[in-house]
Amino acid sequence: MADTMQFDLVAPERRLASLQASEVRIPGSEGDLTAMPDHAPLITTLRPGVLTVVGPEGEQKYVVTGGFAEISAEGTSVLAERAVPVAEMTGELMDEMIAEATSAVEEASADMRDALAKTAADFSSLRDVINV
Amino acid sequence: MPNLKDLKNRIESVKNTRKITKAMQMVAAAKLRRAQEAAEAGRPYAERMNAVMAGLAASASGSETAPRLLTGTGKDDVHLLVVMTAERGLCGGFNSSIAKLARTHAQKLEAAGKTVKILTVGKKGRDQMRRDFGDKMVGHVDLSEVKRIGYSDAHAIAHDVLMRFQAEEFDVATIFYSRFQSVISQTPTAQQIIPAAYEAAETEETGAGTDYDYEPGEEGILADLLPRGVATQIFTALLENGASEQGARMSAMDNATRNAGDMIDKLTIQFNRSRQAVITNELIEIISGAEAL
Repeated sequence: MADTMQFDLVAPERRLASLQASEVRIPGSEGDLTAMPDHAPLITTLRPGVLTVVGPEGEQKYVVTGGFAEISAEGTSVLAERAVPVAEMTGELMDEMIAEATSAVEEASADMRDALAKTAADFSSLRDVINV
Repeated sequence: MPNLKDLKNRIESVKNTRKITKAMQMVAAAKLRRAQEAAEAGRPYAERMNAVMAGLAASASGSETAPRLLTGTGKDDVHLLVVMTAERGLCGGFNSSIAKLARTHAQKLEAAGKTVKILTVGKKGRDQMRRDFGDKMVGHVDLSEVKRIGYSDAHAIAHDVLMRFQAEEFDVATIFYSRFQSVISQTPTAQQIIPAAYEAAETEETGAGTDYDYEPGEEGILADLLPRGVATQIFTALLENGASEQGARMSAMDNATRNAGDMIDKLTIQFNRSRQAVITNELIEIISGAEAL
């Protein structure tokens, strides 16, 4: 069994990371999960949360918003709608994201409201996790 | 024959024009590089997205509960054309060629008895489309304040389009933009985004027989991803458009600079000739005056 796998984190505007990782912790919409080399093929959507990559240079953390992760035996790629390294995360940016998520709830149609409200709640709890 | 002063003024003014076009060309070159980088950076995401979507779409399209974004409304009566152009002119045939493609498309649809609605992105396209389809315009997205196209801009446009789709304002949506091929060649392109038309050919290289588990279920993922897919396609189109615009402007301004140079050469020759003629004339007058004495 291989010790590492290819990991890519891409956002629409740029590629944030591409490295050999031994472990990736993903905030999946149905619960957190950890992908390691030779994981069974899986595609999951993301909820707003912290993505942790364990690579050769230690752990790296990124704040990701919605998107999805594609896990296969050879590697993991995460396509995040928005991804920011935790170190670059500021209070204002967080406020902005929360405000966006909250306003989306208000204008959403009834059947979408629950899902969006959950997203907004995820954002708010995210704020406590990363302490900004 | 224009007198010397006029010619001199003319040469000066063409020289000034050349300075401006030269400057615009250089600015466009710098912007083009940035736009190309942005398009390059956006590619991995779009490719991955398309690959996954193609796989999902292929497996879900058979089912009856598949989302309408994928299967369509079952009708094809009302078409929404999203025409994306630049905010500024002076970039050769860039805006016109996109508008022309959209216009022929719209006319073809109308001839077939369909209803056409037009949403424009970028001022130049709005101005051109309004001439022929003034009553069909349903909206306009202004990007003139946007310095650098970001995903949020694409997201906003996608949101607008999706809202209209939910309100059942149209059945089929097509985007018009210019695909960047090189500095001298940009191809106006029409691309259908709703119902999503993902090419089945792409599945073969990516799917490669892997059976993915889906979490939440396949349909849930599809419902989540389809709107993102629309936004991604619009984003890619905006980036391509941005690079094309700068490329088109660069070559247009290069031509203009060269033309101005040619014109200056011609005018200078004319100027020198007339100056010589004036001198010759004066000499003849002096000589004939001296001879008369």
